[in-house]
Amino acid sequence: MAVTERIPASKLIQRIPGGGVFLTTSENIFKWGKASSLWPMTFGLACCAIEMIATGASRFDIDRFGAGVFRASPRQCDVMIIAGTICVKMNDCIQRLYAQMPEPKYVIAMGNCAISGGIFYYDTYSVTKGTDSLGIPVDVFIPGCPPRPENLLFGLMKLQEKIRNEKDADK
Amino acid sequence: MRTNEIFMAIKTDFPEARQEEETGAVIIPKESLLKITQYLKNHRLAFDNLHCITAIDRAERVELAYTLYSISEHHGITLKIYLTAGEENVASLAELWKSANWLEREVYDLFGVIFLNHPDLRRILNPYDWKGHPLRKSYSHPEVSIKPRL
Ligand code: SF4
Repeated sequence: MAVTERIPASKLIQRIPGGGVFLTTSENIFKWGKASSLWPMTFGLACCAIEMIATGASRFDIDRFGAGVFRASPRQCDVMIIAGTICVKMNDCIQRLYAQMPEPKYVIAMGNCAISGGIFYYDTYSVTKGTDSLGIPVDVFIPGCPPRPENLLFGLMKLQEKIRNEKDADK
Repeated sequence: MRTNEIFMAIKTDFPEARQEEETGAVIIPKESLLKITQYLKNHRLAFDNLHCITAIDRAERVELAYTLYSISEHHGITLKIYLTAGEENVASLAELWKSANWLEREVYDLFGVIFLNHPDLRRILNPYDWKGHPLRKSYSHPEVSIKPRL
């Protein structure tokens, strides 16, 4: 009992007692699979990216959560971690990368800069005020300057929770 | 060589050079820039490395600062040129030191100083269609830069 509680998909999949059969819906299986295998994009913008890199390395090991395969092409990714300050010159680039990702796609805004412009909110000419202002929908905001790797992992778990509880199977 | 010795060497050949009191930088008129830099590079002072070009906007004038270094002699010097407001143009050093190419593009981008005879004077940090030169005192861009409410 205690073990199944810790398995994230245990609510989605029901075992028939005493038999090698389990019951679920195909939708639940897909959601579980989707959440357990996220492919982030290799995409760092500023200091927050350093924390993202640390999260990807062996000490914090994002691979434990099934999101360790950072891909260098947006075509092969389903989650974009906006890690760092968005300069005005990067706007086009980010929008294009987001558009190039295949559906279903998710966005994590990591750090105050990616959320709102952070410490660069006032009195700067070159910084975009957050991911939202680019018209890119954000699934998880992770505040901090920079957020610690644990925070990123927590954000990732929140994203997985969100995916598992999605109502609309098409997304 | 020490900064003072380098200054004296420059002063003997180019009497128009002055020394800035607070910083020890060598101030030269903008007309002699090419002559003096050529001399500094090829003379025994051997300034083979142009480290940095930057500018300071003092409202009534723009000061250009060139940081030179000699890798073989291990000495350095800062050259300064005062440009009066409205006449922010100066000869390019891209022919003399390759590093000047991008450094001058940066100063052009942020301060609007025109480098004459530069091979490729485009913006380098801001987008190509950017308006204005952001590090000038007179620059304002109210639609993007929000002021804090104090
Ligand atoms: S939130 Fe802080 S750490 Fe992250 S990119 Fe911005 S300034 Fe750097």
